[in-house]
Amino acid sequence: MLEAPVLITVSLLYLGLLFAVAWWGDKRADQGRSLIASPTIYALSMAVYCTTWTFYGSVGRAAVSGIGFLPVYLGPTLVMALGWIVLLKMIRIVKANRITSIADFISSRYGKSHGLGGLVTIIAVVGIIPYISLQLKAVSNTVSLLFSYPEIVMPHRSATMSVGADISFYIALILAAFTIVFGTRHLDATERHEGMVAAIALESVVKLVAFLAVGVFVTYGVFDGFGDIFDRVAQQQELQKLMTAIPSGAGYSGWFSLVVLSGLAFLFLPRQFQVAVVENVNEAHLKRAAWLFPLYLLLINIFVLPIALGGLLHFAGQGVDADTLVLTFPMSQRQEGLTLLAFIGGLSSATGMVIVETIALSTMVCNDLVMPMLLRHKRATLAESKDLSGLLLAIRRGAIVVILLLGYLYFRLAGEAYALVAIGLISFSAVAQFAPALIGGMYWRGGTRGGALAGLTAGFLVWAYTLLLPSFAKSGWLPGDFLAQGFFGIELLRPQQLFGLSGIDEISHCLFWSFFANIGAYVAVSLLRPPMVAEATQATLFVDALSETGQGGAVLWRGRAQVSDLQELVGRFLGPNRAQSAFAGFARRNGRDGDSKPEADAKLVQFAESLLAGAIGSASARVMVASVAKEEPLSIEEVMHILDEASQLRTYSRELERKSRELTAATLELREANERLQELDRVKDDIMSSVTHELRTPLTSIRAFSELLHDDPKMHLADRTRFLGLIVSEAERLTRLINQTLDLAKIESGRADWNGCELDLKEVIEQSIAATSQLVHEKEAHIEVDLPDNLPLILADRDRLIQVMLNLLSNAVKFLTPGSGLIRVTLSRRDDGLQVSVADNGPGIRPEDQQLVFEKFRQVGDTMTAKPSGTGLGLPISRRIVEHFGGELWVESVPGEGATFRFTLPFPPVQPPAAAPAA
Amino acid sequence: MSKKILIADDEQNIVISIEFLLRREGFEVLVAGDGEEALAKVRAEKPDLVLLDVMMPKMNGFDVCQALRADPELSATRILMLTAKGRDTEVSKGLGLGADGYMTKPFSTKELLAEVRKLLET
Repeated sequence: MLEAPVLITVSLLYLGLLFAVAWWGDKRADQGRSLIASPTIYALSMAVYCTTWTFYGSVGRAAVSGIGFLPVYLGPTLVMALGWIVLLKMIRIVKANRITSIADFISSRYGKSHGLGGLVTIIAVVGIIPYISLQLKAVSNTVSLLFSYPEIVMPHRSATMSVGADISFYIALILAAFTIVFGTRHLDATERHEGMVAAIALESVVKLVAFLAVGVFVTYGVFDGFGDIFDRVAQQQELQKLMTAIPSGAGYSGWFSLVVLSGLAFLFLPRQFQVAVVENVNEAHLKRAAWLFPLYLLLINIFVLPIALGGLLHFAGQGVDADTLVLTFPMSQRQEGLTLLAFIGGLSSATGMVIVETIALSTMVCNDLVMPMLLRHKRATLAESKDLSGLLLAIRRGAIVVILLLGYLYFRLAGEAYALVAIGLISFSAVAQFAPALIGGMYWRGGTRGGALAGLTAGFLVWAYTLLLPSFAKSGWLPGDFLAQGFFGIELLRPQQLFGLSGIDEISHCLFWSFFANIGAYVAVSLLRPPMVAEATQATLFVDALSETGQGGAVLWRGRAQVSDLQELVGRFLGPNRAQSAFAGFARRNGRDGDSKPEADAKLVQFAESLLAGAIGSASARVMVASVAKEEPLSIEEVMHILDEASQLRTYSRELERKSRELTAATLELREANERLQELDRVKDDIMSSVTHELRTPLTSIRAFSELLHDDPKMHLADRTRFLGLIVSEAERLTRLINQTLDLAKIESGRADWNGCELDLKEVIEQSIAATSQLVHEKEAHIEVDLPDNLPLILADRDRLIQVMLNLLSNAVKFLTPGSGLIRVTLSRRDDGLQVSVADNGPGIRPEDQQLVFEKFRQVGDTMTAKPSGTGLGLPISRRIVEHFGGELWVESVPGEGATFRFTLPFPPVQPPAAAPAA
Repeated sequence: MSKKILIADDEQNIVISIEFLLRREGFEVLVAGDGEEALAKVRAEKPDLVLLDVMMPKMNGFDVCQALRADPELSATRILMLTAKGRDTEVSKGLGLGADGYMTKPFSTKELLAEVRKLLET
């Protein structure tokens, strides 16, 4: 079933699907409904880091060195988890300066230098070509493997075939065509490709699913889980060396340099820079990517060891290349579907890398290599042409084809000598050379163009000498004797034991010497002279990108230019229509609609330059704008002055924002305070209304009786006496009410006077009972007491406690049935204090009323037609008094069986011994 | 024939004073100490006028008033609300429920008598 036509059809269908996704993503972007405005898509697009190197190569590496495949993923994980702030700064700088590639970034930082941009581009192209060839190798290997399905026949060496018969040549051509359609359909000022990012994110999902599927199949289908594989490996002597933490040979230095290299590559590989920095739509996405991307790496690595070890067990002695295990394992089990899925997974990891990498490289080649040359040598021809956007696209497309053919060439020349991983590391080491100039440029103001040029050149030369040339030599393309004897027979110059440094692996060796040369030259040459105006300006823009006094708003240009000239200039590179709409948009955003001044101001000039920078790189843009404008150079003092002003302006506007935020907050607080006041007012109103109601009631009787007496002097004596008696008792009630209201108000507002002293509760109770004996006697009731002696003293106010007791006792008496009433007063000791209970055998209180009796003016007397006499304030006051001394007052009652009011009072806190009176 | 008046109030002393006042003026007086009792007595005795306190146990004066007005047989009964809560909202609530008059406590006995007579004449 897996014949060539099927394979080709499926592959083309897959590529077609990718293209459809990309087309849809671009369409959505044009409509302003971005498909990729999601942190998850952003994190998935970063996983373009995982190429065929990961998909096939990790297993190959693990089969040789156990977990030695891991450091390449630890580096990016560390960068994302700890170094995301560097990434954030890069994103800010790129957005503020319309930077489109890593070459543009470095050139822009060092004063928009053409030379630097070109150098970075050359390093990137030369460095990445082995990496691209690696993808070609992986895809062509897997295709030829599948052609012989179900037999597993290791592919022939391509070098022995003619180009016309070599599958990888056609693969390179197909990929080139596909990349051209993908990335260079039109020219965008910001060089962003939303559709491409969406497709890349999909590819990341596909390769992860495919890899996991193979992993699960091998681990649980062929073997019996992780434990089974590891057990079997443990029984084989020669496989046990793979199980040690860091296998001998690689060593700690190897691990360290791999972690450093991969971390740097993760930041500076052109494709990583493209997806992580240039294509970033929202810097907040970084937050989720910081854990999601490491998680992706973790997932795609889980089954590496099981597949590798399983392969070594399964194919022992069959000569199966471990780099192909992900595919050959399902093949050997005749799993056609899974084999196809694995192939598609590998294809997606290759295409993702090739597409993004070549698009990024072609942008760099066009903007930083070809354009500057054209500008220098063919200025006249360029000036004649009205629309250069076609030329730009042609350059980029040409660059894509050339880069892929170079990758094919490297594959033919050197690819066979190395495993996948080794080829990738050569590329990593090359892009790591960007680190000193780039990171130094973001954090050190003193770095100069000369320093960056020197550092990059030195690092690149050392890299080429210690890693690239040996790779050619080992594949027989160069005579290999210089490896062993050094050039001109000088042993110190042996490329892989430079100056006698030996005992470490070739990658660590290259990293050491190239960084030594690179950093040394960068710092030394930078220190030779102070930065010039253009360098210092850009240094400030870059170094302060994240700081509070960032310079985003500064306009650093002085001179004269015509709007029409600028628009025509931009139009030549972007096409007249795009230029027209961009300029109109700028006018609209800046409120200059209908303003047709022919003279351009500095802001418009800068806008035009940034438009051009997107299309032809910042250095070329600078040259082009200078060609149509009469410019006056700014001195370094003036530049610093402008930057200063801009930062003051920003500080000022931040201050304004802060003030406005404070105002909003204050308004909110005011509103809340007002609401609280209104609430208080309402409560006060309710209380006032209750109080007046309670005052009006006795007043009504007093007034009515008084008027009756007054109007009728001849009233019977009996009536007269009775009415006067009622007047007196109502007046007493009024007085009591007023006193208690004031009392409660005092307690509640905290203005009550409290006289705390140690007192014997028993004595207080006896005194209160004596005071109410008259009342009790009138009701013909009995009082039983249970008051033990020698209880500890408590700390409280005697008069207030008597007030509480009198209130409870008179309440009890009030509700007793005359003649059969019984009140029981008990005092008892609890763990932390004393408890007093006053129990009666009256009607009791319904459960729903047991809380109400403690509310103000709530009198509960449902069984009687008449209201109980009293103010409705006794219990609320009593409860507050008890609570003041740290106790509790509550009621327990079963209706019909009486009520029991209880309160507790805590013992005073234990006094320190020093305060105790001397014995 | 003398007019029959029901006093519905839970404050005993107020009941005593008004009862004395009205009897002296020759009215026949009935007394109720809570809302439910008041409603029952109106239905049973059909008084010409009810002096209705608002804050009463079991059933407040507003509810009693509403119940009386819902009963077509009692449509001739006059209702004079008496309350110690003198807010405007309370006054309009009572009148809205169909009371014929409204007096705030404490009131003058003369004014009360005048109001009673006025309500009984119409």
